[in-house]
Amino acid sequence: MDIILQNICKTYTKSGVEALKDISFEVPKGELFGLIGPDGAGKTSIFRILTTLLYPNSGKATVLGLDTQTHFKTIREKIGYMPGRFSLYQDLTVEENLNFFARLFNTTIAQNYELIKDIYIQIEPFKNRPAGKLSGGMKQKLALSCALIHRPEILFLDEPTTGVDAVSRKEFWHMLKRLKNEGITIMVSTPYMDEATLCERIALIQNGQILSIDSPEGIQRQYPFRLFAVKSSNMSGLLRFLRALKTVQSVFSFGEYHHVTFLNANASVVDELKIDIKRAGFDQFEIKETTPGIEDCFIQLMPS
Amino acid sequence: MRNEIVIKTQNLSKHFGSFAAVDQISFEVYKGEIFGFLGANGAGKTTAMRMLCGLSLPTSGQASIAGFDIYRQTESIKKHIGYMSQKFSLYEDLTVIENIRFFGGIYGLAPEVIKSKTESLVERLGMSQVKMQLVKSLPLGWKQKLAFSVAILHQPQIVFLDEPTGGVDPITRRQFWDLIYQAADEGITVFVTTHYMDEAEYCHRVSMMVDGQIKALDTPAQLKKIYNEDSMDEVFYRLARGAKRQAD
Repeated sequence: MDIILQNICKTYTKSGVEALKDISFEVPKGELFGLIGPDGAGKTSIFRILTTLLYPNSGKATVLGLDTQTHFKTIREKIGYMPGRFSLYQDLTVEENLNFFARLFNTTIAQNYELIKDIYIQIEPFKNRPAGKLSGGMKQKLALSCALIHRPEILFLDEPTTGVDAVSRKEFWHMLKRLKNEGITIMVSTPYMDEATLCERIALIQNGQILSIDSPEGIQRQYPFRLFAVKSSNMSGLLRFLRALKTVQSVFSFGEYHHVTFLNANASVVDELKIDIKRAGFDQFEIKETTPGIEDCFIQLMPS
Repeated sequence: MRNEIVIKTQNLSKHFGSFAAVDQISFEVYKGEIFGFLGANGAGKTTAMRMLCGLSLPTSGQASIAGFDIYRQTESIKKHIGYMSQKFSLYEDLTVIENIRFFGGIYGLAPEVIKSKTESLVERLGMSQVKMQLVKSLPLGWKQKLAFSVAILHQPQIVFLDEPTGGVDPITRRQFWDLIYQAADEGITVFVTTHYMDEAEYCHRVSMMVDGQIKALDTPAQLKKIYNEDSMDEVFYRLARGAKRQAD
């Protein structure tokens, strides 16, 4: 196991916020593992504990078999960390930043160029530009290059795709897949639920607690209800109508459909709904059974 | 909804030196419409929005916002719109009530109007228990709901929302869209940017900006039909993939 967390608790004394409540999980070598949850879930606290920047109040964490509290120096040499906030030197150029991080880890750009080549090549034309003057997408690529320059065994990426558009996000995940194929263990966090399926295993996390931990398919399989997708020409009216129905357990908007679960999803429930809907006068009504996505699962697992 | 035009632009452009950040965009937005303003990072969305909000003058082209001219009446524009983004919305070191009062004052509402609006708003948002608390102590979802309500406190004709739902949990994100629908039903035009493609589906119409130009503008259903894709995510990917500019 490359990463082990055992009963980790963290409370920030100043604010009194209980950021992590008894968190335990493991990540095997070479896995692409995702922490999925909204802001304030505790994702960054987990990263900071594992990268030896923060002590837990209780519990134990090991990285590459080393205790994060007693062996922090050795751990730091073996991991790469890309924090959520851009943390390179803004007044150093692209190349100076990369050189700086290489020397910090006793290596050179040339030594590990192969590993970062695909990423760095895209920003190399701007290598004399100060990092602070780069566009968001380029900053992200530079930060990733710097986190990789010493060929770490584990890569920690805290919300690398937040605020990034859908196209750049796809490219970024493509890069992660390639790094995984190089044998690097990757722990990545994201608030975008659709990115969860790109990980091998994920932890859904909220309010400092893990709601579920499994492969994305495993989490989807555990969804306990039959899920239906419905739509009509008047979506906001349909939403209000469904919310008021006694047979409906939950209803949430999902893109062009609303996703509905029923209190008792027996054979006749769909037929009854169709009759109700027709009586209420909704046009172009459509209903079909659908498979839950990670976001459906997250909503279902959230304590109400 | 189709009758009254609240935003109209014609060949609106903004150049920085030789760089056309916004390149001759022309479109109309109707009263009570939820208009999704999409595009990749660096496509020119922020520059366009700053012009529409009266914060930056165009290089060329025409536009009227809530009936006011984008060159000569920027102060009037500011009074008749609301604005909210994930980054800027409320003052963290003021309480819930102080924020409402402050923004009410900024928008020039009369003290008695502010007083009654404050009470009804706190009530409606279910924030009576926390109304004397500093905004920074509230959960992110509450802050966003409050920020949106404050942005439309003066009943503007248009509210601009710049990635309003970033980072919130899936239920809060949907509750936020309930508020957007309510506002639109009351006749407020909602102009919104987002990186969540499922939210593009909630808009009445969506525009897609690529390299400073509007490459597509239609209802989500029609866009999917035109590009023969199943989801807005795929439509977005297809259009934005062709971009020549570096993402910002």
